[in-house]
Amino acid sequence: MSIIKTHNLERFYTEGGLTVKALNGVTLNIEEGEFTAIVGPSGSGKTTLLNVIGGLDAPTNGSVEIANTEITKLKDNELIDFRLNNIGFVFQAYNLIPVLSALENTEFIMLLQNQPKAKRETRAKELLKEVGLESQINKKPNEMSGGQQQRVAVARALASKPKFVLADEPTANLDSKSTSDLLDIMHELNQKEKTTFIFSTHDQRVIDRAKRVITLEDGKIISDETKN
Amino acid sequence: MIAIFLGVWSGVFIDALSLGMNNQRTENFLSTSIGHIQIHNPKYLKDGKISFTIPNAEKLLQRTKKIEGLHISNRTKISGMVSTANGASAGNIVGINPDDEKHVSTIYQNIKEGTYFEEEKKNGIVIGKKLADKLKVKINSKIILTFQDQDNEIIASAFRVQGLYKTANSRFDEMNVFVQQQDLARIFNTEPLIHESGIWLDNKENVDQTTEILQSIFPDLEVRSWKVIAPDLSYTDEIMMQILYIVMAIILAALAFGIINTMLMAILERRRELGMLMAVGLNKSKLFSMVVIETIFLSLISGPIGLIVAYFTVEYFKINGLDFSSAAAGLEDVGYSSIVYLDMEPSFYFGTLGLVIFTAILSSIYPAYKALQLNPIESIRGI
Repeated sequence: MSIIKTHNLERFYTEGGLTVKALNGVTLNIEEGEFTAIVGPSGSGKTTLLNVIGGLDAPTNGSVEIANTEITKLKDNELIDFRLNNIGFVFQAYNLIPVLSALENTEFIMLLQNQPKAKRETRAKELLKEVGLESQINKKPNEMSGGQQQRVAVARALASKPKFVLADEPTANLDSKSTSDLLDIMHELNQKEKTTFIFSTHDQRVIDRAKRVITLEDGKIISDETKN
Repeated sequence: MIAIFLGVWSGVFIDALSLGMNNQRTENFLSTSIGHIQIHNPKYLKDGKISFTIPNAEKLLQRTKKIEGLHISNRTKISGMVSTANGASAGNIVGINPDDEKHVSTIYQNIKEGTYFEEEKKNGIVIGKKLADKLKVKINSKIILTFQDQDNEIIASAFRVQGLYKTANSRFDEMNVFVQQQDLARIFNTEPLIHESGIWLDNKENVDQTTEILQSIFPDLEVRSWKVIAPDLSYTDEIMMQILYIVMAIILAALAFGIINTMLMAILERRRELGMLMAVGLNKSKLFSMVVIETIFLSLISGPIGLIVAYFTVEYFKINGLDFSSAAAGLEDVGYSSIVYLDMEPSFYFGTLGLVIFTAILSSIYPAYKALQLNPIESIRGI
């Protein structure tokens, strides 16, 4: 079953009087439970595609349908609520809240969803255990390594049980050991919780682990491979 | 936070200093020269002739003394020259009954040298220290007073300095000399000539009501409250609290720019965090509320701390006074004491707290609006 459908996506920017085609007719379907990498050189449109799919950016033309909801037609506040309840985000620079502990950061999305304290805490502890940070739940981001912070970010993204997780270059700031650990965790979550992961990445190690690799160039899909 | 604390503290301190100075100035004028109420013959107020006395002044004195909470002193008031071998100066010669006057003015409390008519000698005089310095006289020095009698004849009479007083108003000290009423009566060879009845009330708030009552009792005389005699003092007194609130509002307005700047900086520093929050689903109303509440919270911690510290500072200087002796000459020339006792009405603290809350709410709106303008994509990437 397709969880994401894009149709003829176009996203144009104007820079210094010139029109840049960041996305130029992208049509794709992503099925539930996929572990997909979007790859391509810098400026190929990977991040723009993730932003448009995640409802953070609006396409110039085309449509994005997520779980039978066309998000390109949603109003601002509806889109914010849709993101809150359906999409998990993992950012390159982790973007944890510095004054909150690992547990509180993980709980944060559920707090925005007004979930009860006990439920939030149970779910956050469970996820932090799954990402191997059971003993670090009370640590603040500045007391953790980059790899640990990114694992908290993954736990945060999964806390509200989103339909899929968008991860923009999640391993760009990590060393090889942390990258490997993170990929193991995400792969396990993909298998265990059937969570759909979509990455944009340059990292060959991520590409090697992906089940499907979509390659972009100049805003167009130039290849779409599914591994057996 | 420190800026808000300092702003609130300094605002209250400056206001308390201003109020303290003003209250002391008013009290100084009232207790040394004006009193709360004065009664005159209306003609005396028009041209100040020595013959325009208060008729039956002794009866008036006795009748008025019966009113509870009211103290009265009859005075002879004439203009004249105060001369010594070293010089001369124009001045007001005030003939008093020292015992009555003690209940109406504080001159006797301000004697710095000599005594307040305690010697049983004729023609004693108490003069201001400023005038004594000017005329180079000391205790027991001889002074010649020159003035007109009822028949417009010039009279000169010698007096001996018994006391030197010093109030917080150096101009008053230079212009007013006090002699005993009976000495002047003997010189004029009449009953004491009473030109003014000075009245002091135990409760200053009753002044308007008492003035009206006295005017109805003595319809042929001019009964005036200090508010009419010194409208500048009264007006300053009335608008003082408004001025204090205006000063506080100006300080808080300046502070508002500080708060706005601080919050804008905070938003700029935390734009990645705010971008992430917007991306993951923090809606606009929650983001707006978050910035507003954070600003108000900051203000509501530091504002009340500033107020509490200011309260204790004001209370300390209310008792111990703030010493401006180095500028005493200038201050006393315009009627201010060189030791200023700070003063503040309790309601002002609550009013200021209200202003702080209002300022915080107002100052939070622009930063909150700017936070809403953030683009989550650019903010997350730190652009």
